[in-house]
Amino acid sequence: MTQVPTMAEMMAAGEEPEILFWVGCAGSYDERAQRVTQAFAKILTHCHIKFAVLGTEENCTGDPAKRAGNEFLFQMQAMMNIEVLNGYHIKKIVTACPHCFNTIKNEYPNLGGHYEVIHHTQLIQELIDAGKLKAENGEPFKGKKITYHDPCYLGRANGVYEAPRKVLEVLDADLVEMKRCKQNGLCCGAGGAQMFKEPEKGKKDVNIERMNDVLESKASVVAVGCPFCMTMMKDGVKHFEKEQDIEVLDIAEITARNNNLV
Amino acid sequence: MLAQIIFILALMVAIAAFTISIKKIIRNINLGKPIDRTDHQPERWKNMFKVALGQSKMTARPVAGIMHILVYVGFIIINIEVLEIVIDGIFGTHRVFSFLGSFYNFLIASFEILALLVLLGVFVFLARRLVLQLKRFSGVEMTAWPKSDAIYILVIEVLLMSAFLTMNAADYKLQQAGAGHYALAGSFPVSQFISPLLPTEVNTLILIERFCWWFHILGILAFLNYLPFSKHFHIILAFPNTWYAKLTPKGEFNNMETVSHEVKAMLNPSYTPPALDANNKFGAKDVQDLNWVQLMNAYTCTECGRCTSSCPANITGKLLSPRKIMMDTRDRMEEIGRNIDKHGKDYNDGKSLLDDYISREEIWACTTCNACVEACPVNIDPLSIILDLRRYAVMEESNVTGSLNAMFSNIENNGAPWKYSPADRFNWANKED
Repeated sequence: MTQVPTMAEMMAAGEEPEILFWVGCAGSYDERAQRVTQAFAKILTHCHIKFAVLGTEENCTGDPAKRAGNEFLFQMQAMMNIEVLNGYHIKKIVTACPHCFNTIKNEYPNLGGHYEVIHHTQLIQELIDAGKLKAENGEPFKGKKITYHDPCYLGRANGVYEAPRKVLEVLDADLVEMKRCKQNGLCCGAGGAQMFKEPEKGKKDVNIERMNDVLESKASVVAVGCPFCMTMMKDGVKHFEKEQDIEVLDIAEITARNNNLV
Repeated sequence: MLAQIIFILALMVAIAAFTISIKKIIRNINLGKPIDRTDHQPERWKNMFKVALGQSKMTARPVAGIMHILVYVGFIIINIEVLEIVIDGIFGTHRVFSFLGSFYNFLIASFEILALLVLLGVFVFLARRLVLQLKRFSGVEMTAWPKSDAIYILVIEVLLMSAFLTMNAADYKLQQAGAGHYALAGSFPVSQFISPLLPTEVNTLILIERFCWWFHILGILAFLNYLPFSKHFHIILAFPNTWYAKLTPKGEFNNMETVSHEVKAMLNPSYTPPALDANNKFGAKDVQDLNWVQLMNAYTCTECGRCTSSCPANITGKLLSPRKIMMDTRDRMEEIGRNIDKHGKDYNDGKSLLDDYISREEIWACTTCNACVEACPVNIDPLSIILDLRRYAVMEESNVTGSLNAMFSNIENNGAPWKYSPADRFNWANKED
């Protein structure tokens, strides 16, 4: 992994990044999500984007606390983060987590944090459009059956449906939609702090229901854009013992592989 | 003359009774807390025209959507005919708009065709409920009353449309016979096929025509007074409900201002928060703790179940049903309303929305995915109510499952929802992949 600059280092060197990469808790600690973080950092480096991360100064956005009803804890987190971000004069933020994306973009402004926030799939799409990602000598996805699972907090919550799909379109793969997609996409089951608790009693888990859509689509790759969806879909694949047939990959990983960055 | 007096009396009684019902509903909605939703007015008007008037979200399910648009357009346009009936009733005239000549013929012809299409739509709806028994129309919250309410509405519509067409058929036949004041007026593309079924005797025809006329208009007045007690009230509230709906992205949950003051004071000891209202609660335990838009949402709900049928928790067999959240909120509001009527406004029945109507298991099954909000054809937001109930459980009661408590304390102590050291947050950068 190449050197990833922190904001503290940048500031010490008297420099300012074009964009702050907000890694998020899953992207920082979860082993599977760390690989997505690394893939995205490689894409940024490869495209000569001047970016930085907060490193150990980053803190949970407060999203799971807020969705679980703990508004106090959420606002504590938010105000502390805003102080750090404003201290570094951050103007633009990119993140690979739709929950961080939604929270910083929509719920921070009214607490004093005003930033332009984009999701990593949107930035990757911009880089492709600008000709900075050319997919030379990388792993070909041509002809592979790929389906994209919409994260609730990117799709319905913020209306971002096209950017991730456009990124996949350049692969020349066989893109298939699940029967429930875009506005009607089915949740993976992790949102609203469900990730951190046992599900309530029911007939089955939500990710199992969602896996049925995946199986029906006959896709061999499930493209995701959220670390929680990643966990849920991965567990779903395991539940059906389809590890040999179905790969769950973040859009950043697909792009990195396609551009020979891994 | 006597007929005119009876008509005017019936009209006055109907309007008075309707006004009383509406006032009660407004009082119940005002049990909610204030919220200012008067910003961005051009966008609000646009939403109302698009979503309520234009039914833009109905076609997401094409069969029901198209049938609903037929019934809806029929309902709106046939109201022009009702205007004529009201004027005729008050002034003792007959077909007062007939001076419009060929335009009148066009109007009557389109009312008839619409009436036929309404009948078609209503029969399809009845079949979906009674014969096909679609899953969407059942569920724990669909008890005897909500189910019969839906059927009553459809049957009333069949009766009203049949009376309207039969009235026209008799009128048409009387016109052909040149009877009395039944001058040639109107064009009857549908009812002319009914008229051969009617007797030929003029007095009997007049009796039929009059009976249907009275049945139609008294039926409409009675239906008007049924609305406030029925899910069918959505035909009125859909308009304000879409106007006052949330405009911000669906993922944006409101930041509680009372909490902001407290948190600012915690982070900065020199900050003095404004004193909290003595009745302040963090979150909602009962309907009075919700805002009035959330309460209006409950009265707007027509129990169609699009929310519940797209809810991941409900689909996978959990107890949560967003439709039930709305129906419970309405039922609880009505209960409080009845208590106020009986015992005065400070009466406390010791019950609450949370626990007596909505259980903990329901609110904790939600993934906050917004599928219910997206699915609602009239922009109802069940998720905001679920969140406010959770807020009460967490911030007022600390009544939350152990794993969520652990998540809270991890965030508080480690800055992450899992128990990892903050010092390790940047380790990913040094890991080999």
